Amino acid sequence: MSKSLNIALLGNPNTGKTSIFNALTGLTQKVGNYPGITVEKKEGTCRLNRNTKGNIIDLPGTYSLNASSIDESVVIELLLNKNSEDFPDVCVVVTDVENLKRNLLLFTQVKDLGIPTILVINMADQMKRKGISLDIPLLEEALDTKIALVSTRQDKGLEVLKDAILNFRQLSTAQSISLNSIDKEYFKNLKKTFPNQSIYKLWMIITQDINFVKIDRKRISDATDFKTLAPSYLRRLQQKETVKRFQFINKVLKQGLNINPEAASDFRSRFDRVLIHKFWGYVIFFVILMTIFQSIFDWSSIPMDFIDSTFASLSEILKSKLPQGIFTNLLIEGIIPGLGGIVIFIPQIAFLFFFISILEETGYMSRVVFLMDRGLRRFGLSGKSVIPLISGTACAIPAVMATRNIENWKERLITILVTPFTTCSARLPVYAILIALVIPEGSFLGFNYKGLMLMALYLVGFVMALLAALILSKTLSIKSKSYFVVEMPNYKIPLFKNVGITVWEKTRTFITEAGKIILAISILLWIMASYGPGKDFYEADQIIFQDYPELNQAEMDIKVSSYKLEHSYIGILGKTIEPLILPLGYDWKIGIALISSFAAREVFVGTLATIYSVEGSKEDTIKNKMSSEVRADGKPLFNMASGISLMLFYAFAMQCMSTLAIVKKETNSWKWPTIQFFGMTLLAYIVAFSTYQILA
Amino acid sequence: MIPLNQLPLGVEAEIEKIDLDKLPLKLIEMGCLPGNSISLIQKAPFNDPLYFKIDESHLAIRKDTAKDIFVRFIK
Repeated sequence: MSKSLNIALLGNPNTGKTSIFNALTGLTQKVGNYPGITVEKKEGTCRLNRNTKGNIIDLPGTYSLNASSIDESVVIELLLNKNSEDFPDVCVVVTDVENLKRNLLLFTQVKDLGIPTILVINMADQMKRKGISLDIPLLEEALDTKIALVSTRQDKGLEVLKDAILNFRQLSTAQSISLNSIDKEYFKNLKKTFPNQSIYKLWMIITQDINFVKIDRKRISDATDFKTLAPSYLRRLQQKETVKRFQFINKVLKQGLNINPEAASDFRSRFDRVLIHKFWGYVIFFVILMTIFQSIFDWSSIPMDFIDSTFASLSEILKSKLPQGIFTNLLIEGIIPGLGGIVIFIPQIAFLFFFISILEETGYMSRVVFLMDRGLRRFGLSGKSVIPLISGTACAIPAVMATRNIENWKERLITILVTPFTTCSARLPVYAILIALVIPEGSFLGFNYKGLMLMALYLVGFVMALLAALILSKTLSIKSKSYFVVEMPNYKIPLFKNVGITVWEKTRTFITEAGKIILAISILLWIMASYGPGKDFYEADQIIFQDYPELNQAEMDIKVSSYKLEHSYIGILGKTIEPLILPLGYDWKIGIALISSFAAREVFVGTLATIYSVEGSKEDTIKNKMSSEVRADGKPLFNMASGISLMLFYAFAMQCMSTLAIVKKETNSWKWPTIQFFGMTLLAYIVAFSTYQILA
Repeated sequence: MIPLNQLPLGVEAEIEKIDLDKLPLKLIEMGCLPGNSISLIQKAPFNDPLYFKIDESHLAIRKDTAKDIFVRFIK
C-alpha cells in the first residue's frame, strides 16, 4: 500500500530552496494560489521510496517566522494550522552554507514549534572555494536534528535528504532555546494560563497580531482567547528572542563551523567592483536591458510569423473540411482567430521570463536595486520598484505581486499604481500590427523606423510610469515607516533547470489565464457580431439588393456582410461610441476592439480578426485585411495619425481586468484600482486625441 | 562610537548599539546585532544606499537607517 507524507520546504530567500524543490519534484509541480490571496502556492510530488510519496509544498522565502509581508504570513499560518490538509508531517529548512548563521534562525524557530524539522545545508559545492569546513555529526548533535549536505548543482545529497524525510519519526522535537530565558515571568504566566498547550506556538499566535495580519484564531483549534500585551513590549520580546537564538546559534557554530579566510577566493568583490560601479554599473545595466529587448524582438519574430500564418491556414483548412453550419462558423470565425491572438504571444513571453529569471538567478537583480534606489526615490519609488517595472514588460500581474517586498507602503502603492504603464507583452501584438501598417520602411542611423517606433513606445511607457510616480508621491499623503533592506546575494551561474521551469510555469500560467478570457470574449464577440436586433440585420440581402441592383454576386456578398455587421449587436455598440472616438481617428470597428480590449489588451487583434472574418474573406491575414480598410472618403483607415494615436491610447489606458483585480487584492480596496482605471484611461484619451488632431 | 553612516569604506568595525525602537526586526534577523562585525563595502552614487557586510551577511540599507546603528572601530 502506498503512503504519502506532507513535506514543507522553508528557507531564507537566496538559499537555493527553489533549486531543491525543482530537483525533488521536477515537472510534477503545480502552481496555484492560496485561497483568497494572491500568494503563489507551489506544490509538487516526489517518490521517496517504492511505497511512499512526498507531497512537497514550497513555502515563500522568509527570514524568520515573524512575518512582515503577506507571503511570509502564509508560512506561519500553515505551520500553526494543524487542521490544514497541507499541515506538514515534516519540515525541511534549507540554508546556504555561506550564510549558515543567519539561516539557522528560521530553523530554530520552526523546530521550536514542535514539528519534526530537517536541516538542509545547500550549495555544498561552494565550501572548498570559500574555505568552509563543517563538522556535520557535531552540528547534528548540537542542533538536535538530521542534516543533509546538498549540492543541487552537482546533484549530491538528495538521497540523504530523502532518507531523512522517510525517517522523520526519529527526529527530536525538543526546543532549541528556553522561552523562560527571554522573559521568565511572561512565559511562566502564559504556561500557567494554558497548561496544556505549546507555549511557543501560543507566543507565535500572539505576535502575529503585531507582525502583520490577524490570524483567524478559530482556525487554530487549540488557542482561543488570551490577553495580549502592549505591542511595543511584545516587539521587545521578539527582539530578545532573536538575540537569544543567535546566541545559541553562535555557540553551536563556534564548534561546528570553520572558515579559513585565506582559502576563500572572492568573486563577489571583483564582480561588484564593476557591476555596481558609479558609472559603468549604469552603462552595463542599460546595455543589458537593450540587449534583452532587442533579442526579444529579433528572436521571436520568426516563430511569431509562423504561428500567425499557421492559424490563418488552419481556419481555411477547417472551413473546407467541416460541414457548413453555426458551429463551424463559431470555430473558424470566433475561436480560432481568438486563440491565434494569444498563442502568438508565447515566444515573446517566454523570452522575457527567460531573461528576467536569469537576472534573478545570477544575483544581478539585487545589484540593480542597489544602483537604482537613490534615483527612483526621487520619483517616490524604491530601488525595489525596478523588479516590478522590468517584469511589467512581460505582464503587470506578476509585476504587481512582485511589489510585496517593498517595505515602505507608500513606495509600494505608487509602484503598484504606475506599473501598468510599462509596456506589457499584451500590448506588443497591438503595437506590432499597427507599426507594420502605418510606419514606413526606411532607416535612421542604421536602425529601422519600425524598430525605433517600438523602442520609443517602451520608453514612453517607462517615462510615463516615472512621471505618474512623481505626481503621486507629491499628492498622496501617506505616512509610513520607511526602511529598506536588500540582501546582496552571491553571484551564481544560473541553473538551467531552474530557469527552464520558471519559463515553462510562467508562460503556461499566462497563456491559460489570458487564454480563458480571450476565448470567452471571442465567442461572445462572434455571437454579438452574428446576430442583430432588427430588420436591418435579418433582411440585409433584400435591402442591399434594392439599393444596389447593379452589383454582381461577389460584390453583393461583401456589401451584405458588412451591412449585417453594422447592424449586429456589436455594430450598434460600436456605432454608439463612434462619436466619442471619431476625434481620435478611429471608426466604429476599432471602437468595438477598444471596448473588448478593456477585458485584456491583446484581444484587440483577435477582435479585429473576428470582425473582419465575419465580414469578409477568411483566408487573408489580419494585416492585409486591416490595410484594406478605408474611411468614408476612401483614404485608408489606418494611417500614421490614427495609428500613432491608437498606439498611444494603448500605451496609457488601463485596459486589463486581471490587473485591476490584482491591484484590488494587493491594496485591499477598490479605491486604488478605480483611481488607476479612470486616471490612466482619461490620460490615454487626452493624449490620443491631441496626437490625432496634431498629426492628421 | 560613531553612527554607521559615517563609517569609512573598508574599515572593520563592530556594532556597539542599535536603536531598537527604530530598527525593523528584519534587520536584526539579518544579523544586525551588537557584537557583530561590520564593514562598508560600497556606496551607491550620491552615497545612498550603503552596501555592508554584517557578520556574514551582505546587505544594502539606506543612509537613514544606518543612522540608528552605532559602531566602534576594531583596533
